[in-house]
Amino acid sequence: MEVLNLLGYYIKFPFVQNAFIAGVFIALCSSLLGVILVLKRFSYIGDGLSHVAFGGLAVATVLKITEYNLVIMPITVVAAILLLRFGTSEKVHGDSAIAMLAVVALAFGYLLMNVFSNSANISGDVCTTLFGSTSILTLSRMDVFVCVFMSLLTIALFVVFYNRIFAITFDEDFAKATGIHVARYQTMIAIMTGIIIVLAMNLVGSLLITALLVFPALTAMQVFKSFRGTLIYAAVISVFGALSGILLSIIASTPVGATIVLIYTVLFVIHVGIGKVRS
Amino acid sequence: MAYILGRELAVGYNGKPVAENLNFKVNRGDYLCIVGMNGAGKSTLMKTLLSLINPVGGELKIGDGLEPHEIGYLPQQSDTQRDFPATVWEVALSGTITRNRRLMYSKAQKAYVERRLKELNIYNLKNESYRSLSGGQQQRTLLARALSATSKVLLLDEPVSGLDPNAMQQLYTITDELNQKGITIIMVTHDMAAIEHATHVLHVNKNKHFFGTKDEYLKSSHYKMFCELEADDNRSGKEIA
Repeated sequence: MEVLNLLGYYIKFPFVQNAFIAGVFIALCSSLLGVILVLKRFSYIGDGLSHVAFGGLAVATVLKITEYNLVIMPITVVAAILLLRFGTSEKVHGDSAIAMLAVVALAFGYLLMNVFSNSANISGDVCTTLFGSTSILTLSRMDVFVCVFMSLLTIALFVVFYNRIFAITFDEDFAKATGIHVARYQTMIAIMTGIIIVLAMNLVGSLLITALLVFPALTAMQVFKSFRGTLIYAAVISVFGALSGILLSIIASTPVGATIVLIYTVLFVIHVGIGKVRS
Repeated sequence: MAYILGRELAVGYNGKPVAENLNFKVNRGDYLCIVGMNGAGKSTLMKTLLSLINPVGGELKIGDGLEPHEIGYLPQQSDTQRDFPATVWEVALSGTITRNRRLMYSKAQKAYVERRLKELNIYNLKNESYRSLSGGQQQRTLLARALSATSKVLLLDEPVSGLDPNAMQQLYTITDELNQKGITIIMVTHDMAAIEHATHVLHVNKNKHFFGTKDEYLKSSHYKMFCELEADDNRSGKEIA
């Protein structure tokens, strides 16, 4: 009862409402993209791109650009296209390309912040971007609007191109042989991935983004046979985990990102159990 | 005019040929086996036929009512697909995508896939998960998908590798039946037994290729080479075992 009263008290604050709205939408579309990325063996792309976004943030900070999304978004989207479209070349394989890009961006970003920043608390700033500490609770109305708009766009593209996305994810060569413009859809998926990762940094910070992409997908794959079922259930699990994570973190004053990841882990373990029992 | 005509065709990557001077012809109703050693360029040729890569030289003509994207493709299974959550129905239906420019599947597309699944005796598996099927059943699902994409030419990539003898026999029976129904078969293979079923053989070899009817092939020096190769394979297989 006391918990409910406490929730009723908190929910009246606009910043809490903002956090919930943004959280739900980000969780929703990161889980959809996550299913594709996991199946395409690109689980770590979230990690790599979020490091790139961190580098972008450092650039924005040093240049004193307040609308930092204007810097981060384009940089991350370009990196996403490079990795997803051209990542697997003969000289550097996909996963090593991600690893290289990630550390370079991280090192470059930290270096920039360290050398040029005039903030008194550099390690605090860095920690906030890496773990997302409280940034979801400090979103402006504008941030929330961008989150909702981009998420709706992602979901709309997913619904419209669902059949083609399935065909390409299941078998790229076959799709190409039947005349689908595979490259076009891959670029679309890469752009969406870049955008969602920048948005998701607000929710869980750049070190924990992988969880948001990977856990709902893998959890749903434990219990569902069909692609459609897996997608829908991943979205449900993802939103549930994000909502309860934000709630719990407010009540228990724990860091938002870490709390969400822990809830995802518990859900995953439970579903592995269910999958085992069923088979 | 033939369905597919290769004249002095060179296939390869980035302008570098893997196999050159290929001359062959595939007519409506043919059953062509493409054989040759590993690395001779069989899969490169296959990708070229499927328009996944462009020829690096010579000529590849597609005609007689066949469009470049009307070759149904039965790939070797990839690792990704082994844990992919998808039902037999979802996989087979995805073959029909380009039959219809609309975004959702039409009733006609669904009815078409239903017929293909019934023909291949896997309609009862339609709601089963692809990853839980046996190798033979998975292959029939992919075959249903390929046949949903086209009913003119079917290109099979090493279809019997990894199958047990029973499933192997079934595959040859199915392809024979399809061929009798008028579907042109192109099969890339290592298996000598496949040649029995073929009407034509293309033997891809670094220095000298062979193309001709099955009877011509069985008398050729290329066939002897293939036999010896096969015998070597069996020997080394036994030594390992």
